[in-house]
Amino acid sequence: MDRHHIEVDKDVCVGAGMCAITAPAVFTQDDDGLSEVIPGKEQATGETMTREALRACPVQAISVADG
Amino acid sequence: MTETVAFPQDRTCPYHPPTGYAPMRETRPLARVTLYDGRHVWAVTGHAAARTLLVDPRLSSDRENAEFPMVNERFARSRRCRIALIGEDDPQHNAQRRLLIPSFSVKRMNALRPRIQETVDRLIDRMVEKGAPAELVTDFALPVPSMVICALLGVPYEDHDFFEEQSRRLLRGPRAEDTEAARDALDAYFAELIDRKRAEPGDGVLDDLIARHEETGTPDKDELLSLATILLVAGHETTANMISLGVFTLLGHPERLAELRADPDLTPSAVEELLRYLSIAEGLSRVATEDIELAGETIRAGDGVVFSTSIINRDGEAYDASEELDWHRPTRHHVAFGFGVHQCLGQNLARAELDIALRTLFARLPELRLARPAEEIPFKPGDTLQGMLNLPVTW
Repeated sequence: MDRHHIEVDKDVCVGAGMCAITAPAVFTQDDDGLSEVIPGKEQATGETMTREALRACPVQAISVADG
Repeated sequence: MTETVAFPQDRTCPYHPPTGYAPMRETRPLARVTLYDGRHVWAVTGHAAARTLLVDPRLSSDRENAEFPMVNERFARSRRCRIALIGEDDPQHNAQRRLLIPSFSVKRMNALRPRIQETVDRLIDRMVEKGAPAELVTDFALPVPSMVICALLGVPYEDHDFFEEQSRRLLRGPRAEDTEAARDALDAYFAELIDRKRAEPGDGVLDDLIARHEETGTPDKDELLSLATILLVAGHETTANMISLGVFTLLGHPERLAELRADPDLTPSAVEELLRYLSIAEGLSRVATEDIELAGETIRAGDGVVFSTSIINRDGEAYDASEELDWHRPTRHHVAFGFGVHQCLGQNLARAELDIALRTLFARLPELRLARPAEEIPFKPGDTLQGMLNLPVTW
């Protein structure tokens, strides 16, 4: 069973919004303009657009973590 | 070490990197270049290397560092002035950026789209009423982002002749005295505007910053003035250049333009590709604060580093047929907006403005064409943001 999930480190995020425009089905921005994973989408680790969003993030704030 | 090339140079064609940069393209990912004052610095020319180095905290944006590389005399003189946001490192940079992030979110920019559309429609109506020909920089490319950033910041648009002229002098001089005088004029303008807004607050980003300044002391007075100037100048000069140069480029590529006209939903992809292809912000600069090993070279502490975005964004290892305009390529990972913590704060505003401006202009004026031969139309020198000085068009 795949227990990997996507995380956004809001301390690192600079609000460029690249994840939200690259993979809008997975990422959004909160009221402070910082990115977050849309609830229920934490497991969407294998989707092409998720991988694109990881690459597009200018500060590497998105990670795929265990557990 | 290979031969060094003068940097920056004027473009020969407004949408291609200067032909004099040819030796740099042979020297990826790092080349040596010579600045106006004879100083040798590194030029990053490879796409992967650029993305690695732009996130490296050992490369500093601190303009007050005596070893920070300057691309011309007038910017070198401004070393004495603090430049918020773009000229500082974390943690100061991060604290300033965090004040602004909520105001430039994707949602906020999408919410601005009707207002941008209204502005674009009104300006085209006016062009049509006046009748062809038109000067597209003055009549369209400049007022679109200028009106939008004024509304967003809470700056009165009726002052646009003043601040557009001062922005021009700030960026293009031509003399160092012009740049210094423009900075003083903008500081004085904003000091007065801020006083007025204290008495009569509005609902712009500038009003939010003033409220934060009064409540918490952050941003401080100097930061507030510097942020106001940066946001206003970066908020209109950049997009204005992308619109003018974007239209000029599309008119020079009739097949690509026809494709776009046939399927306007390609416009967001076309905007992204034009950002890559035109790379109007050439020569992002940094100074190394520690030794950095990369691709068999050592960037020493104190070395200057410039990023040749036009060369980086045409790296054949990152883009197939990188010299071609292609609306269908995966183009998103270009560095036209930079990369790392300083990546353009207003990039999603720029995307919305460019999408609406280009889409609407070619839909409303399907016969749009240059009113003079392309070779006769002047464009900006190499040591500033790239774009058209004017753009005579007819339809």
